[in-house]
Amino acid sequence: MSEPSASEPLLEVDAVSVRFGALIAVNQVSLRVARGEIVAIIGPNGAGKTTLLNAISGFYHPDEGRIAFDGKDRTRLQPPDVAALGIARTFQNVALFRGMSVLDNIMTGRLLKMHGSFLLEALYWGPAKRQELEHREFAERIIDFLEIQAIRKTPAGRLPYGLQKRVELARALAAEPKLLLLDEPMAGMNVEEKEDMCRFVLDTNREFGTTIALIEHDMGVVMDISDRVVVLDYGRKIADGRPEEVRRDRAVLDAYLGVA
Amino acid sequence: MQDIAYAVVVAPFKDMAGSPAFLVEVLIGGVFAGLMYSLVALGFVLIFKASGVFNFAQGVMVLFAALTLVGLLERGAPVVVALALTTGVMVALAFAIERVVLRPLVNQEHIILFMATIGVNFFLEGFGEMLWGANVKKLDIGIPDRSFIVRGVQINELELTAAVTAAVLVTLLALFFQKTRIGRALRAVADDHEAALSIGIPLKTIWVVVWSVAGIVAIVAGIMWGAKSGVQFSLSLIALKALPVLILGGFESVPGAILGGLIIGVGEKLGEVYWGPLVGGAIENWFAYVLALAFLLVRPQGLFGEKIIERV
Repeated sequence: MSEPSASEPLLEVDAVSVRFGALIAVNQVSLRVARGEIVAIIGPNGAGKTTLLNAISGFYHPDEGRIAFDGKDRTRLQPPDVAALGIARTFQNVALFRGMSVLDNIMTGRLLKMHGSFLLEALYWGPAKRQELEHREFAERIIDFLEIQAIRKTPAGRLPYGLQKRVELARALAAEPKLLLLDEPMAGMNVEEKEDMCRFVLDTNREFGTTIALIEHDMGVVMDISDRVVVLDYGRKIADGRPEEVRRDRAVLDAYLGVA
Repeated sequence: MQDIAYAVVVAPFKDMAGSPAFLVEVLIGGVFAGLMYSLVALGFVLIFKASGVFNFAQGVMVLFAALTLVGLLERGAPVVVALALTTGVMVALAFAIERVVLRPLVNQEHIILFMATIGVNFFLEGFGEMLWGANVKKLDIGIPDRSFIVRGVQINELELTAAVTAAVLVTLLALFFQKTRIGRALRAVADDHEAALSIGIPLKTIWVVVWSVAGIVAIVAGIMWGAKSGVQFSLSLIALKALPVLILGGFESVPGAILGGLIIGVGEKLGEVYWGPLVGGAIENWFAYVLALAFLLVRPQGLFGEKIIERV
């Protein structure tokens, strides 16, 4: 198998529609995400952003169109298979394993990378021990990277909301994804938390070379961190371009200001 | 009045102190009964942890496993072969339940899944009767049912074997849940389905694994109960005894299921033997439920259950 060329997009969404009964939540949307890019998907409430993200991560299946990742069609895959391809995501309403410690939450992100015998694991012996330690080391790197050392033993459910979002990002990063999908990573955060999160998103992109697609409402954040902005409105794509272009776009202004 | 107080508070303890060997025998009987309850409760806990489903059919699974084992033994299969085949049947049952019941009902309300397990309960009961007949059967896989005496205390070999088996099983399960990646995946699924899917945990596989493990636990429980009191349809009713055990121990806790079972087993035997004559006996039948009720008032999450604190 030849290495896919750098110019080929990592993710290709081609004329995808998702319907719920009579409602067309996503209507003929196409977009491309290039390797190493940070793309923001914005739009008013109900524009179909989260639905699109769910279609990409396999939680919904498009009624029309196709989705390709790394040059291969993957329109019909189930969420666990999508994860196995190297797509990690976070959720709009934080979805952590609330009863587990932060460290265990992050370790679950490594599950796909683990192999070996249950018996040895149960006895915590030999290769299984080595493997556990290796993955543990990686988890610790993520913990350092996101500056959550102090809470590594705390059950995730007890953390304040801002930190929960950070732990969710940590779990996604633990899977060493090629593509990271973030659903409103900064929603409900105060200014300081938002600044931290922006920094983490940018650092992830730079240090690990992770391609990122994120949904965000805070325009300041979007303009600051994204290479490209895609705008949805009523399920359709109405703009796609560099932040400064999109900001001046007539259709975008209309959508946001409510002009018919 | 004083007589009653004496009979309730003092006399039973005098009896206990008067004959320590007998007290130890009663305690051992209680521990044995308790471990049996624990084994059934364990099946509940496993399934509840991994899928949030309260599996009403757990008691019938014990019955079904015992019936299958006895049926195979009666048809002349050697013990090892019969055990292997029964394990195969329980795993096949897990696959079938995942495919026919759980998968079509994914993301439904808990109460709907609960109702579905009631359906499974009646199906299995009828199916077991159809396959193996409705007679009371003797289950004998060669565990000796002799007694020997240590320092004046009579110990039954069957009860001893059961206790050791239960202890080993519980240790293995605890290790499995805490240390293996499947165990971690199980806990993840228990906490949040969507998040588990998003990090690549296939729900279907996990469900088949837990129902299989619950099936295997049911075999062990079935063997022990069956050897003690024969395989009969009332076996499925021990599921009702597992309920107070769960309330005591907490629905999500493996150690809780064990300890809860022991407390109830020992408690009801002590109550029956020492306080029973005061009220004409039969304490054994209601002790567990009264204790569970008291627990619900004082500590509704159980001994080891997680206290749910909702953020408002």
